[in-house]
Amino acid sequence: MAELELRHISKSFREQPVLRDISLQVPDGSFTILLGPSGCGKSTLLRIIAGLESQTSGQVCIAGTAVDHLPPAERDIAMVFQQYALYPHLSVRENLAFALTIRRTPRRVIEERIAEAAQLLDIQPLLDRKPKDLSGGQRQRVAMGRAIVRKPKLFLFDEPLSNLDAQLRTSMRIELKKLQQRLQVTMIYVTHDQVEAMTLGDRIVVIEGGRIRQADDPQQTYTAPADPFVASFIGTPPMNLWEGSLMTEGGKTVFKGNGLTLPLPTRLIPPHSTQKSDVTLGIRPEDIALRESPEAVQITGTVELVEDLGADLLLHCRAGERRLVVRTARRADTVQGQTVTLFFPVDKLHLFIDHRRFDPPSATPT
Amino acid sequence: MNRRLLLALGILATVGLSLLPFLWFVLTSFKSQGEIEAAPPAWWPSGSLGFYRSALFDHHLFDYMLNSVVVAGATTLLALLLAIPAAYALARLTIPGKQGILAVLLCVSMFPQMAIAGPVWRLLDTIGGLNHRWGVVLPYVALTLPLAIWILASFFKELPPELEDAARVDGCGPWATLFRITLPLATPGIFTAAILILIYAWNEFFFALLILTQPEQQTLPVGIALFQGEFTMPWGELAAASVVATLPLIVVVLLCQRWIVSGLSAGAVKG
Repeated sequence: MAELELRHISKSFREQPVLRDISLQVPDGSFTILLGPSGCGKSTLLRIIAGLESQTSGQVCIAGTAVDHLPPAERDIAMVFQQYALYPHLSVRENLAFALTIRRTPRRVIEERIAEAAQLLDIQPLLDRKPKDLSGGQRQRVAMGRAIVRKPKLFLFDEPLSNLDAQLRTSMRIELKKLQQRLQVTMIYVTHDQVEAMTLGDRIVVIEGGRIRQADDPQQTYTAPADPFVASFIGTPPMNLWEGSLMTEGGKTVFKGNGLTLPLPTRLIPPHSTQKSDVTLGIRPEDIALRESPEAVQITGTVELVEDLGADLLLHCRAGERRLVVRTARRADTVQGQTVTLFFPVDKLHLFIDHRRFDPPSATPT
Repeated sequence: MNRRLLLALGILATVGLSLLPFLWFVLTSFKSQGEIEAAPPAWWPSGSLGFYRSALFDHHLFDYMLNSVVVAGATTLLALLLAIPAAYALARLTIPGKQGILAVLLCVSMFPQMAIAGPVWRLLDTIGGLNHRWGVVLPYVALTLPLAIWILASFFKELPPELEDAARVDGCGPWATLFRITLPLATPGIFTAAILILIYAWNEFFFALLILTQPEQQTLPVGIALFQGEFTMPWGELAAASVVATLPLIVVVLLCQRWIVSGLSAGAVKG
């Protein structure tokens, strides 16, 4: 059964639509990521699920029951805020106990839950301190502890790691993943960081402009992005994209756009679509080969800049009117200003027609 | 170095200028009648407590003080009780014309007392508030509310709204949120407002003189002012009474000082 179900949620602030017709099912025990650029409405969606904000239309169901009329406290959810939101006048212990005390949980149960959570998060020595005496990472743990002691049906996270430095963020990310696997709970996690999304989630919901662009598992989101936005948003460096049109030249179908002309094999082209004006062609930087490969389209480019990442090289090349990025293994023989031939393996090309992904029937995405 | 010296001198001069009259009164209160009238003036008193005895027992200073405690205490409590919800609403809710409301409040507090004295007197006469201590509490509350609301609203605005969201998720209704989270965090603001109201109500003279004509209800400033006889000016008793009247305020401010520390909300959010 779906732990959370959103049915046609829309939200407007003063006539300004923020969320448009969001429908989503979150299975029990899953780790779902709401991913999108800032201002896309993902935090608003989370606040609607929590009941801190009310939707303009649509329905929120938790564990099969509509909860739209219920205040946040009665939805059986816990939320971890971006700024931690620990109560500064209470000790860590009191912070953890707060929600349970409000619910008149017996003293003995509260003590047990706190001890359990403190051990899980390794914060036993901090229990009698005030939030101001804690480091950023410790505050983060306490904020999670405050959610855990509640044993809620649903955990909501609003960019919980964005205030931590890069190193701490990586270690907290791993801990959070372990925690979720251990507790087997349903978590919904808002972030704009695609690395967090890819590593933490077992499902990524990409939101942009108040709409769900794609809801898929991380691998599928990466290898088969549903539209040009998802293609450019997931992956660093982002997918190389060209906007243009399909046309027939000398009996062959070619893609033309941004000063680039590429002959495309017929099987890549949808039937009856040999003439299309709104077409985007994409390929990931690591899928571009510098050596001849079977069934590949080739173009010529000039290397404008070489970025050495240590393990890999990023070649910033110019081809036609556009720059493109190639990720390649370290090769000493590629230098700035050099003219290179780039091979685009046909099965690695992404074709978007009218902003929707087109998958040729024979070449199923891996 | 020179700048620091100048700064120190400037501070010393300012503090001296403000404290000098008070110091003179404290010294006078310990003098004898002869020392007060001496010319050239005697700077250092002989340490007589005669004026204190006279002020406290002959002039019934304790009765005035009790009235002041009741009036100032009631004013502070009532003003805070009204100002807290008003300020909270102005700080947190989306109210059309919010800035206008705050501006009007500020204007109201700038009305000269003399201009509203007549109407206030008539009003109190009608409702039977003349010569009752509650008769001065009402105008005091009305006059201190704007300032209290302004101070508290700016304090509430600074509290991170995430804390209140967290409280709502944790199961607090609006009242529980206010009493368990918002008010404890706004303690410095509440104490600041309370002390300003208290000082105003403790020192207010004009309305008290106008409304309280019976000695049994009069507050300290009025009581002390009326020490003056038809032909005499009892400087010594006045000085002693002024010192006694000031002491409670100083004690309250010193006691509350540790509550008026800002930055209590540090650690709540990223910081």
